[in-house]
Amino acid sequence: MTAVLGKDLVGLEHLSADQIRLVLDTAEPFKEVSERPIKKVPALRGKTIVNLFFEASTRTRISFEFAEKRLSADTVNVAASGSAVQKGETLVDTAKNLEAMRIDMVVIRHPSSGAAQFLGNRIRSNVINAGDGKHEHPTQGLLDLLTIRDKHGRIEGLKVCLVGDILHSRVARSNIWGLSKLGAEVGVCGPDTLMPRGIEELGVCRFRRIEEAIEWADVLNVLRLQLERMEAGFIPSLREYFRVFGVTVERLDKVPRALTIMHPGPMNRGVEIESRVADGPHSVILDQVTNGVAVRMAVLYLLAGGRPELADAAKGPSGGSE
Amino acid sequence: MTRPLVLLGGRVIDPSRDLDQPADVLIQDGKIAGLGASLGTPDGAEVRDVRGKVVAPGLVDVHVHLREPGNEDVETIATGARAAAAGGFTAVCAMPNTDPVTDNQAAVGFIVRQSVRAGLARVYPIGAVSVGQKGERLSEFGEMVGAGAVAVSDDGKPVVSSHLMRTALEYARTFGVPVADHCEEPTLAAGGVMHEGLVATRLGLKGMPPAAEEIMVGRDILLAGLTGGHVHLCHVSTRGSVELIRRAKEQGIHVTAEATPHHLTLTDRACEGYDTHAKMNPPLREGADVAALRAALAEGVIDCIASDHAPHAYDAKEAAFDDAPFGIVGLETAFGVAHTELVLGGVVSLPELLRRMSTVPAAVFRLPEGGGTLRPGAPADVTVLDVAAPWTVDPAAFFSKSRNTPFAGRTLTGRAVLTLVGGKIVHDAAPSPEAAASR
Repeated sequence: MTAVLGKDLVGLEHLSADQIRLVLDTAEPFKEVSERPIKKVPALRGKTIVNLFFEASTRTRISFEFAEKRLSADTVNVAASGSAVQKGETLVDTAKNLEAMRIDMVVIRHPSSGAAQFLGNRIRSNVINAGDGKHEHPTQGLLDLLTIRDKHGRIEGLKVCLVGDILHSRVARSNIWGLSKLGAEVGVCGPDTLMPRGIEELGVCRFRRIEEAIEWADVLNVLRLQLERMEAGFIPSLREYFRVFGVTVERLDKVPRALTIMHPGPMNRGVEIESRVADGPHSVILDQVTNGVAVRMAVLYLLAGGRPELADAAKGPSGGSE
Repeated sequence: MTRPLVLLGGRVIDPSRDLDQPADVLIQDGKIAGLGASLGTPDGAEVRDVRGKVVAPGLVDVHVHLREPGNEDVETIATGARAAAAGGFTAVCAMPNTDPVTDNQAAVGFIVRQSVRAGLARVYPIGAVSVGQKGERLSEFGEMVGAGAVAVSDDGKPVVSSHLMRTALEYARTFGVPVADHCEEPTLAAGGVMHEGLVATRLGLKGMPPAAEEIMVGRDILLAGLTGGHVHLCHVSTRGSVELIRRAKEQGIHVTAEATPHHLTLTDRACEGYDTHAKMNPPLREGADVAALRAALAEGVIDCIASDHAPHAYDAKEAAFDDAPFGIVGLETAFGVAHTELVLGGVVSLPELLRRMSTVPAAVFRLPEGGGTLRPGAPADVTVLDVAAPWTVDPAAFFSKSRNTPFAGRTLTGRAVLTLVGGKIVHDAAPSPEAAASR
């Protein structure tokens, strides 16, 4: 039943191009559900889902919750503070307790890389990774892919550059795997202090200057620069970061093509991205958020055993497809 | 007084005398009494047929963590010494990162007493370099050596202060003990959980670069050169460290080095899937590092193999990779892994492996009872090894209290079948019914 994606969605590294396309195609009919006056279909009626967030999150948690509710699942939110309890023990015990409550799915966000896989290996329920440490954030990668495909009509052959803190970014890793598998060329741009070792061996082009990245790319996916990176000495100041790596109108105007601008949020206006760029005509930042709900509905539906070819029908009578 | 024992017809390998021949070994009054073809059997002697087996000096491990005092739930001196005996070791050196830290003569004396009480493999204490392993003041080397310490080390952490390391090397000369250092530049390695490289990048785990080790290896070599002291470098893991040690030895600096069975056989790819049994410090490195360590072992640039036996509670490793503790148990797999990978893998000969697991480490740490030899008159610390029969690593069968090993399920060739310490059988894989009843 659950074979199309496997039991869990831990990352995009181990998905095939066909599986990724399947999620994107399955998301298409779900987009429409969110446009209805009554935003609810019965696809996951009777399924119980726990949203287990060991790390603060607003956008991702709300997006998952809407996706679950619009599919009629019963959901429980657990915000576990990592500092309140010893993390490792909690995770094992949490897994056992969830198992004991016979829940169907767990959406987990955790500060440790590998936490989603750890949980998935220990419980029978489906596990969806909503961000694990610096590892992956697969639904973000999928919604980025969907947004690029919506905007450009294709992914293959596009040049997409990730800009900023690649070292600490789970969004970057999921983007690199997803984009490469679907045939895009992937670039990374940022200071060497925020570049992981061996990144070129993942098949990406390396840019040290933002001007060169802009010259090369069709799409810029601008990553959030965390304030802590400055405190930890990776960059001298946010001010200088903006001057050297900031995505600005002035820099974008130097090339004749219009670049599509993306950002996984939350944005630091005036640090990694200039407000006029974020709010400009080529920004698809809010489309990413909209697509996030549809992609997560698709993932939940597929992991719950929904058949992709029936996704349209799963929307129910008001979807107009019957 | 135990009965005399004759080990009949084994292949006797004594690296201390470059000896490798079929012979009988007679053990009497706790000592090697004779060695040769058809020695004859004294009255009342127990005779063990060891034809097809290898008789060697007991293995010596200069780097183990036995967790007592402080964490007796994961290992004690007695269980660690039992695990050592099962692994063919007749002597192990216990690191001082216990709780409280082994940083004074009373604490050292406690370990000696527990070792004697257990009566298994000999356990030699290593005293802390600094009081409380805090890296501030030297602990009392003289008194600790007087109580039985064979070396000093702050292992578990590096000696960060170069001044402290210098004074430790100078002061240790008085007592003729090595200063064993865990080489890690703490600001470079901070927060790291595995080797910094492509695997860490893919897994999203913070890496420890090779330079974090090599900076300290280089510093320690310079300080050993400056002071004339003896620095022993623990668990060397990088090809860069190997080059630094090679050059230092060419210059005549008194440096010795150990490598672990896991660093000689595994790479950072073992961390795939967030396998916390592959989490150790220093971390598993890359294929080129493993190749360099193997070559260095064959050449003697790496002096000896040490297990860095580090027991942890069964559930401590059941955690996300970041949250799991560093370290693996090694006493019961060390010889099997080394023999399978290094001897059968064509890196070193069996006599050479035994030299680097017995004669050399015993000499490097100048063990008071000697060890590493089958010379007549020496204490009968002897290991009989089956180097032909394959066996499968089953952590549930370990004598150690802990099970944290990356080698679970691996089929190895090479295992101790009989271990003697001072002529007393401390491990017997196949006791005769008569012997089993009397012990």
